Formats: sequence, C-alpha cells, structure tokens
Amino acid sequence: MLILTCPCCGVTAEETEFHAGGEAHLKRFGPGSADAEYEAYMFNRKNPRGVHFERWRHVYGCGKWFLAARCTMALEVFGTYPAQTHEPPAEIVAKIKSKRPEWEGFA
Amino acid sequence: MKRYSAFAIAREAFRQHKGWGEAWKSPEPRAAYDVVIVGAGGHGLATAYYLGKRYGITNVAIIEKGWLGGGNTGRNTTIIRSNYLQDPSAAIYEKSRALYETLSQDLNYNIMFSPRGVMMLAQTEHEKRGYLRTERANALQGVETRFIEPAEVKRLVPIINLAGPRYPVLGALWQPRGGTARHDAVAWGYARACSDMRMHVIEQCAVTGVESAGGQVTAVNTTKGTIGCKKLGIVVAGHSGALADMAGFRLPVESVALQALVSEPIKPCMDVVVMANTVHGYMSQSDKGEMVIGGGADQFNNYTQRGSWHHIEETVRALIETFPMVSRLKMLRQWGGIVDMTGDRSPIISKTPLGNCFINCGWGTGGFKAIPGSGWAMAELIAKGEPGPLAAEFSMTRFREGRFIDESVAAGVAH
Repeated sequence: MLILTCPCCGVTAEETEFHAGGEAHLKRFGPGSADAEYEAYMFNRKNPRGVHFERWRHVYGCGKWFLAARCTMALEVFGTYPAQTHEPPAEIVAKIKSKRPEWEGFA
Repeated sequence: MKRYSAFAIAREAFRQHKGWGEAWKSPEPRAAYDVVIVGAGGHGLATAYYLGKRYGITNVAIIEKGWLGGGNTGRNTTIIRSNYLQDPSAAIYEKSRALYETLSQDLNYNIMFSPRGVMMLAQTEHEKRGYLRTERANALQGVETRFIEPAEVKRLVPIINLAGPRYPVLGALWQPRGGTARHDAVAWGYARACSDMRMHVIEQCAVTGVESAGGQVTAVNTTKGTIGCKKLGIVVAGHSGALADMAGFRLPVESVALQALVSEPIKPCMDVVVMANTVHGYMSQSDKGEMVIGGGADQFNNYTQRGSWHHIEETVRALIETFPMVSRLKMLRQWGGIVDMTGDRSPIISKTPLGNCFINCGWGTGGFKAIPGSGWAMAELIAKGEPGPLAAEFSMTRFREGRFIDESVAAGVAH
C-alpha cells in the first residue's frame, strides 16, 4: 500500500484515497499534429523499470490532481509536487539522484 | 524424448522410476540461431513450438531470465474461454481454445485441460443486454455460447446466491467448452516438445541489450554472452516495455500488477468457472480443492510482482454477496503478476520498427487462455515476415490508425 502526501491540501493518506492517472509531463498533441506525434502522446509510454513520474488525483480528499515521483521496482515514493509544472522540481530530482545513482535523469 | 504412456508408467514402476530422464535439456547457448525468442513463458514456448511444427524452423533458442513458466504463465487463474464480442478477438481466442482441446495429445504431455464450462454472470440489466449481444455475435463467429436464465445458473452452481439484493443474478453467458488447464504443464509440455525438436530452452539468461544495424536486429546481449540471430521475437508480457526500450522503440503498453489468491482446500462445491464482471471477481475450484479467485488489476505502474492489499479485500468482498460461503473460507496464498496493458486492452502481435524483430505482448489480464493461438499466430508472423489472418488485426499500428479492438468497452472492464 502506497502512502502519498497531497501537495495541494497537505494530507498524507493511503493509496485508497487517491487514484492513479498514468505518466506525467506528457507533451500534448492535438488537432493538426502528425499521426506519429498524436499516437505517441495518446498511447506510447515510457513504462520504466525504476523512476517513474506520474499523475495522481486526491479523489477522496480535495479532488485535485498532483504529480509524484516513484520507483516502480521498489514502490518507494520520492516525493509529490503540484501539477502546474513542465518538469519535476530540482529538490526531487536531487533526492532521486542521491538514492538511484544509476538513474539517467528526467528526459 | 521418451514418450509418456500407460506402458511407460508400468515399465518405470518396475525400475524405481529411474528411467524417466529429463523432460527438456538445459544447453549452453550457441553463438547464433535463426530465430531467438525472448521469454520462455507459455506464449514464447508456443511460438517456438509452432515455428518448428508448422514451418520446420528448428534452429531456435528460447531464452528466459528466470525459470521456465515462472512469470505470468505460473501466476494466473488458468481460465480458458473465447466468448469475446469483437471478431478479431473471438477468432484468436477460439483458435486457442480449440488447440487446447487436443494439446495434451499433440504434446504427449497431460496439460489437464478441463472443459468444465465458463459462465459470466449478468448482474445488471445493462450487463444482461451486453451478454445477449455477445451471444449473437458468438453465433456468427462460430463460438458456442448461450445466454442462460437464473434457474439454469442455480442448477449449475448450487452455492450461488441469486437474490442480490444489490446485484441479483439475471442470467449468464455460458460457454460450455470453456474451462481450465494446468498452467505449469502448458509451459512444461511446450518446452519438452521444443527441446525434442532440438531447440534450445535457455533458462537463467537475462537479456541486457539488443544490437542492431541498418534497421535489423543482429544479436541480443545476455548474461550468458552475445547471441546472434537472423530474427528476434520478443514475448515477455509485463517487461515488454523494457525490451522495446533496449531495441529502441516505445510501446503503447503500461505494466501493472494483477493479483490472485487461493483459499484453503475444501470438498468439491463448484464444477464450473464463474466470472462476475460487474462486481469484478471470478472463481473456480482447483483439482486440489482450493477456490481460485481473481479480480481486477492494480492501478499504478508496477514491476514488483506484488500488489496492494486492499485489492485483495475488494476482490473477496465482491464475491461474498454472490457466494456467501466465501466469507467462511480462510485464504491460503496470494500472488501478483506484472501484466502489460495496451491502450485498447487488446493484445499486440506485430512487426516493429526493426525489420526482423517481432513482438507479441499486451495480453494484459487474459493471456493464459490465448497461449496456443498466440503462439500459432506469432510463429506465422516470424516465419513469413507478414501476419496471417489471426494476427493481422493485432498490429501495433492500429493505435496510429484508430483501428482499436475495443473489448475493454465491450466487457466494461479489462479482460
């Protein structure tokens, strides 16, 4: 059972209070984009073994979307942060690098 | 390979069973093969078997990072059915079910196929209409199913509670030739038959990289050295994304945990497989007497082969109203497997951006039932370089082209 802290309301709770929303920081492609770009945005995923940035929603709480950095091999949560950003905050990246030296970094 | 038979049992009985020999050989890898299959689970082994059996390609290695059939092949609830709504799904799952019927004879290995019947309960009016539609679709597809009324459900499953109150049983979609099989035996039987065709089944050999030149795979790097190949088949279920990453392309796949559990063994009480998709639990009784229970997949990306405890509770809770006796059962074991879920929840049997590399993945929560048919279709794709009729619709280009095989919507759940 994951324990997550919602960065919007500050509540720390078990995963039953949240809903997972898949890979974070996707670049959106809409009407007018090339088929390959639209396909990559809609369906193709990194699905990494290891560090994963993902969307969560605090469904049984404040209802807000936020982002989390988590390891898919150990289920360790490195931290959560607000969704209004294009890349993970520096302190979370630094924390991941200290715990997973082999990590290739956010790209 | 020694043929298994009643006479062999009698013969061995007279010499303390010392003459059985190994079921399959464990060779060191050669420098190169015509075809390398990554993944010695059911799908990978079936692919190799039909490559040899139907196309005479036997210079084949099946390499496996763990032990044979130790992934999802040994982690499922062994249900076999083909009552799908969409034509491409019904075709490949029915081919698979039909191959299961004679698989023990074909492999000379008892896979314990038990066509005990599979029923999918209709517990809402919406679901009932859905199954009536599937029944008619199945009639057109040549898949034998029929919608049965609650009294017939009760006759087949005496332990069921029809009355609800929240989700009364309004009938069921009944596939009398669906059932179960012994999951390990399917992997072992195929491995034995592959080994008998002089293919190499190489366990404890993890792939660490894929070498390519000019858009063609040339070799795979493994923990047992570099193995050259003229063609590469990737059949690794939950780890497809990692293998595709090594080969340099991305898949429309996410890996999540799917859990199952068994109860303590009890006396025979249910001789069919029952699936309750509205409340999302399914149950059958194993030959050992355990109630084998499965439910929905966990929600987040996960490679740990264990899931969240609350999913087990949700699964069992879902079944208690429909099967009140479940509340009196002690649960014995629980396990998880990593399943590869595609965007439309249907599988991928496809060419890839690398010309001589083929991928078979995305079976999600329902791969066991598809093993023979999947191997049949994948072998044809690898041998000919082009998909046959069973695989054609399952190309991964369907996501770009919008040709989804939308069983997820048809079933209302992942399937």
